[in-house]
Amino acid sequence: MNLPARDSAPLLSQKRFRDPWWLLVLAIVLIVIALVVLQPDPFQRILLFVRDGIQVTIYVTLVSFALVLFLGLIVGLIRLSKLTLLRGIATIYVEVIRGIPVLVQLIFWYFAFPSLVQDIGRSVGWSPLMNYRPNPVAMAILGLTICYAAYMSEVYRAGIQSIPRGQMEAARSLGMTYFQAMRYVILPQAVRVILPPVGNEFITLLKDSSLTSVVAVPELTRRGREFMAASFIPLQTWLMVSLLYLVMTLLATRVVAWIEYKTRLEK
Amino acid sequence: MEREPIIHIENVHKWFGHVHALRGVNLDVYKGEVVVIIGPSGSGKSTLLRCINRLEEFDEGKIIVDGIPLDSAENINAVRTEVGMVFQQFNLFPHLTVLENICLAQRIVRKRKKEEAEAIAMELLRKVGIPEKAHNYPAQLSGGQQQRVAIARALAMNPKIMLFDEPTSALDPEMIQEVLDVMLNLAREGMTMVVVSHEIGFARAAAHRAILMDEGQIVEEAPPDILFNNPRHERTRAFLSKVLH
Repeated sequence: MNLPARDSAPLLSQKRFRDPWWLLVLAIVLIVIALVVLQPDPFQRILLFVRDGIQVTIYVTLVSFALVLFLGLIVGLIRLSKLTLLRGIATIYVEVIRGIPVLVQLIFWYFAFPSLVQDIGRSVGWSPLMNYRPNPVAMAILGLTICYAAYMSEVYRAGIQSIPRGQMEAARSLGMTYFQAMRYVILPQAVRVILPPVGNEFITLLKDSSLTSVVAVPELTRRGREFMAASFIPLQTWLMVSLLYLVMTLLATRVVAWIEYKTRLEK
Repeated sequence: MEREPIIHIENVHKWFGHVHALRGVNLDVYKGEVVVIIGPSGSGKSTLLRCINRLEEFDEGKIIVDGIPLDSAENINAVRTEVGMVFQQFNLFPHLTVLENICLAQRIVRKRKKEEAEAIAMELLRKVGIPEKAHNYPAQLSGGQQQRVAIARALAMNPKIMLFDEPTSALDPEMIQEVLDVMLNLAREGMTMVVVSHEIGFARAAAHRAILMDEGQIVEEAPPDILFNNPRHERTRAFLSKVLH
């Protein structure tokens, strides 16, 4: 279903988007380049060693976040619905998850959950379950998604609740179903409200993906530890790793600010 | 006037917790009729109006709109497409332009093509006198203009009945008349209207019947001239003396 064309009314401010904080991102990137070029030993060695770790970090973060956006919305909508039983289950899920440290949850999914599966396999005598071996990246994505979806559902819930009730009433009184009203009236407005907290969640998730290093995910932090163990140069290793995280988080912050600017309404 | 009422309200009760907001309301509205409901705040007049398209559920009694009883979810949606509603706070969609506001429900509920929906929207905007605002956002319009857009948005669904819930109460005084003029024209065209409003002038000019509600009940109903000039009930007189100064 297409909505009426939006481009017919470009009433957003015509001022160009000027964001001085891009300079900070640029500065950090230049520092990384300078280190690598001016002191290839050890900085270039470190960068080459952790390069695949950066890819894994980005992969785990993006896949988890896409799932979090989806699952969080579903949980958020259930928590706002009148379905008492489902709402109760969703509330318990959110409260339980928020009360357990992320690290513990990741360890649970990688170590405890597979052993549970194996026990069940042994008791029913089914070898695929008995010999179940978890995939570290998949379990990390599962753990991060289940954890962050709980937080994200609260962000969605607050965003939807911030839209005045009259909006839903007007949409319903025009004959729209609940889901049509959500999709075309409530969510497009709620998205603008929740964009900053959603951006924060993304950046926190990006940083917390480093926790997956303890459950065998070969991401940036784990690769850094491996390099340090092999080279015994902790200072340069963790300087490089820190700068690489900083590039990613600052970049993400700027992208969120840009999206915020692009979607804001003229007041 | 047809004998069969287009809105039939029978012994409707509504509680908000312990508050008995509607206490057995009976009302028939006929096709082409304009009914104005007045009454002190908290008298249940807005609640009654919102029950007609089931924005508010009622606890007892029945409401039949255009032959459709308000019971199942399908029936409620069927009724809502036949009943337009205009709110005190306009409730335009702030993220859409005026044109998009009027087209959205036409397209996803009435399944009209974009060109058709926009043609209808422009025609209605001319009717309410602000075609030049089609591409503006609601926040760029005055209150009176926003309310006229809200009326156009409701009319675009070709409703058989229009409900107005204090449509001018949130407006600055100098903007009230432009909205009332649109409503007067609508009444002259034969639209069935139920209006909650204290605009006595509008009631005199357009209404076939005026109703005074108090404490969840209809106290008195009569042609506006009779209700405003020679009310039978003491409560009506007391209320009018406050409204008419």
